[in-house]
Amino acid sequence: MNRTSHRHPAHDTIHAASHGSLKSYVIGIVLSLLLTLASFGAVMTHVVPRGFGLATIVVLCVAQLVVQLVYFLHIGAARDQRANTGIFVCTAFLIAVIVGLSLWVMHNANQNMMPTHMSTERAMSRD
Amino acid sequence: MSNTATHHAHGHDGGHHVSHDDGSKTTVGFWIYLMSDCLIFATLFATFGVLVNATAGGPTGNGLFELPYVLGETLLLLISSFTFGMAMLGMQARRQSKVIGWLAVTFVFGAGFIGMEVVEFVKLINDGAGPHVSAFLSSYFFLVGTHGLHVTCGLLWIAVMSHQVYKFGLTGVTRRRLACLSLFWHFLDLIWICVFSFVYLREFL
Repeated sequence: MNRTSHRHPAHDTIHAASHGSLKSYVIGIVLSLLLTLASFGAVMTHVVPRGFGLATIVVLCVAQLVVQLVYFLHIGAARDQRANTGIFVCTAFLIAVIVGLSLWVMHNANQNMMPTHMSTERAMSRD
Repeated sequence: MSNTATHHAHGHDGGHHVSHDDGSKTTVGFWIYLMSDCLIFATLFATFGVLVNATAGGPTGNGLFELPYVLGETLLLLISSFTFGMAMLGMQARRQSKVIGWLAVTFVFGAGFIGMEVVEFVKLINDGAGPHVSAFLSSYFFLVGTHGLHVTCGLLWIAVMSHQVYKFGLTGVTRRRLACLSLFWHFLDLIWICVFSFVYLREFL
């Protein structure tokens, strides 16, 4: 990166932001390793109190996604990254709709429309 | 990434001319493809989330998965993402041998990941937990298998790009293709973060 930047001094920051440098990759890998070890550690050592386990891994997962998007995929508000970032935000919304609403609808269906105290064997022998 | 092409369009590099529109449209277009791929994985995750308790009296993930093994797979893929970054730095520095070297390292780590995943799948099937046993296992194999298939395609692509860089050098075309491959490879790591969090770790809460 720095080898070419003297030709485009005005583009220095944009280049660094959208292309990555050794520093950004090292920061990315160190943070990712820490977050990965944190989520595995939290589950394997049972250090997190019951009931907070899912919240913990969701937070660590989202944190690592953000770290990798920023430091590896160079998503950001830089001018030449704006199209990618915009498309990503739209996709993230669609994903939230697809996953969130599917789980919600199917959870409600299970709660309200399934015979609750019935084993698979009993349900099958009925018909 | 699209700024590789912008850089070329300034005409400072000489030798090869890639028009501004061509290069940046390629990476944005590839990014749109990746986002559509992301939607495929989103539907697979939603399917898995709905079916995760439908074990039909078969084994549950808690008794099947081994977290240290999954951590090993995760580290291999994570390190391969970093080494691909090193290849991209080599590309920016226009060091052909550095690019090929780091691509080879990335390939080794990626192949290690796929190897471990195949061993894991074979072990599950031999233990009587194949995809036909329950809806949970069907969706598990479909989700994790689709990711594995993507990584396998990525490995093939890395091999092809190593050959192209070796044969044609770091031209505008190979640089643009490497930029797309870089997006693809990092994207697969993003998907894997969701896989290990919501497929494997969730079972042990």
